[in-house]
Amino acid sequence: MDQPYEQSKLQQAKERWEAERLDPALAKVSRPRMPSDVKQQRLYTPLDGDGRDYENDLGFPGQYPYTRGVQPSMYQGRLWTMRQYAGFGTPEETHERFEYLLNQGQGGLLVAYDLPTQLGFDSDDDRAKGEVGVVGVAVDSLADMETIFSGLPLEKASPSLTMNAAANVALAMYVAVAEKEGVPAERISGTTQNDILKEFIARGTQVFPPRDSLRLTVDVIEYCTANLPRWNAINICGYHVREAGSTLVQEVAFALANAITYIEACLERGMDVDAFAPRLAFNFSASANIFQEAAKFRATRRMWARLLQDRFGAKQAASLMFRTGAGSAGSTLTAQQPENNIVRVALQALSGILGGVQSFHSASFDEALAIPTEHSALVALRTQQVLAHESGAAEVIDPLGGSYYVEALTDQIEAEVNLYIAQIEADGGMLQAIEDGRAQAQIAEASFAQQQQIDAGEKVMVGVNQFQDDSDPKIELHRPNPEIVAAQIAKLQQLRRERDNGAVQAALVRLEDEARGDGNLMYPILEAVRAYATIGEICGVERKVFGEYQAASI
Amino acid sequence: MSMATERKTPIRVLIAKPGLDGHDRGAKVLAHAMREAGMEVVYSGLRQTPAMIVNIAVEEDVDIICVSIMSGAHLTLFAEIMELLRAEAGETIPVLGGGIIPAQDIVTLTEMGVREVFTPGAPMAAITACIEGLVPA
Repeated sequence: MDQPYEQSKLQQAKERWEAERLDPALAKVSRPRMPSDVKQQRLYTPLDGDGRDYENDLGFPGQYPYTRGVQPSMYQGRLWTMRQYAGFGTPEETHERFEYLLNQGQGGLLVAYDLPTQLGFDSDDDRAKGEVGVVGVAVDSLADMETIFSGLPLEKASPSLTMNAAANVALAMYVAVAEKEGVPAERISGTTQNDILKEFIARGTQVFPPRDSLRLTVDVIEYCTANLPRWNAINICGYHVREAGSTLVQEVAFALANAITYIEACLERGMDVDAFAPRLAFNFSASANIFQEAAKFRATRRMWARLLQDRFGAKQAASLMFRTGAGSAGSTLTAQQPENNIVRVALQALSGILGGVQSFHSASFDEALAIPTEHSALVALRTQQVLAHESGAAEVIDPLGGSYYVEALTDQIEAEVNLYIAQIEADGGMLQAIEDGRAQAQIAEASFAQQQQIDAGEKVMVGVNQFQDDSDPKIELHRPNPEIVAAQIAKLQQLRRERDNGAVQAALVRLEDEARGDGNLMYPILEAVRAYATIGEICGVERKVFGEYQAASI
Repeated sequence: MSMATERKTPIRVLIAKPGLDGHDRGAKVLAHAMREAGMEVVYSGLRQTPAMIVNIAVEEDVDIICVSIMSGAHLTLFAEIMELLRAEAGETIPVLGGGIIPAQDIVTLTEMGVREVFTPGAPMAAITACIEGLVPA
């Protein structure tokens, strides 16, 4: 295709085919096309690869710009990690579920905390009423983390701690558990989500104002860089942005704009980009649109490598690698005919695998109704195992590479995301976009447009706006157990009586002093956690110093 | 649309997010849809206690309250809202619910006095029509 003569000959042939064959065929019968975030043609040809340079734009897996994968061997070496989001009720129940999942061949843990824990409230706080142990496990103090993880293979478990506003407390608790279990700091691996900026625009568990929140995030990154070489300090999430209703392009753009904000804050703190960039990881959404999603992961890998090298001057290969987990898009799962979700989740997992992700969480088919039962969680895990061992998708590295369609889509997504990020930066960057409510409004707009397409029947949701039936789904659902709340509270109150309260008070005073200054709060928090201060006490000090964020109204 | 325009004054709706749940996609989409249907919308913002919600409803003199919960805390939070509402407003303000709510809990919520519960997949027009049916012109 290098020769302009060949190119124009092909162009003419394509136009002839359109006029003589395609258009007459469509005039006889054509169906409405699926609405798409990303504008697409009906057919892709070599014309769409015009100007692409193999080595510069695609390269080999494990080589710059990593479009085809971050590791040279990808799934030929090791399959992705099947990491299921789990956790509910008491620490004891969660410990059991974790043990079960590890025994069923799950590779890593993804810890779901209940909302009071995520927001830094103890289980007996008034504001925790009705929420203790419901969407995740209740963790009030180090004692609860000991219960969850005691006896599990910590070096293998590689847990992802899904905490943001109080990510520092969660990490401190895990470090303290590892100390007690005798695992040296340099050997513990895992991830803290620690991505507070996306909470403001998409997930809603922010506590402190944006700039104080950013300080706490950087504290964790700085602490991990200095002490935990195998820990992913942050999991920058496009996932929740997409779940909040954004387009695919917005998902990538907001996640990368948030990432840029974190990198700049770390550099401002005097850190070297190659010291921390290798510990930045990502978490993206995977819908059932397998080609668009695969192209998204490929485009983002290339963008990340270019961003880190060209803009931030990173020199280490590890700094340039966009390592990402992905999760099935929960918001696309339906309460109607819930078994259909098994099929959706299989496609979503395939999207992630064709996109070359490092880990995947496949949602359970009852996600639109309740949190998973043991049965539905197992079906979700088995779905990934079938894809891994029976589909052949893991047998060739980047199997979609070279597809006229997917390569063109990869280029297009990169170009559109770059434009979007340029606009965010021209408007003053992510912190400004959050404080002005602009990012939130843009996502809400996309989400409304999507709902309109569904309501109008343009976007078909099987079982929801087409192919409906009224039969009641006969599936067994997880029921939260209200009795656990009293047990959790009793344990907490006993802890408050039995611990060394002098040591707790001293640690909290030191934390408050440091918070009013500009020290890294991970160190005083670790001290408080070791003394069995509760999450409510620790976050209470931070609330006192930083205040609470009030969102602009809509 | 047509029903809304026949009214002398627009319907005032409170969209409320009780508890600690931060998932407000549905709340925001509905706020938009209701405004397009000619209603006035007051949005509580995140993390409101039942008492705060009932206070806003009374102070803002709303015609109906739409409560959105995704976190599974619906039984506890709706019970408190309905009880406070009975005490403060004599149960004159109808309440609708929406969110991830299993069928057997919908029965319980209806027994508490919640007029209708919408689950994922409900079209926006069904919700605005329900509101127009419940609020007398």
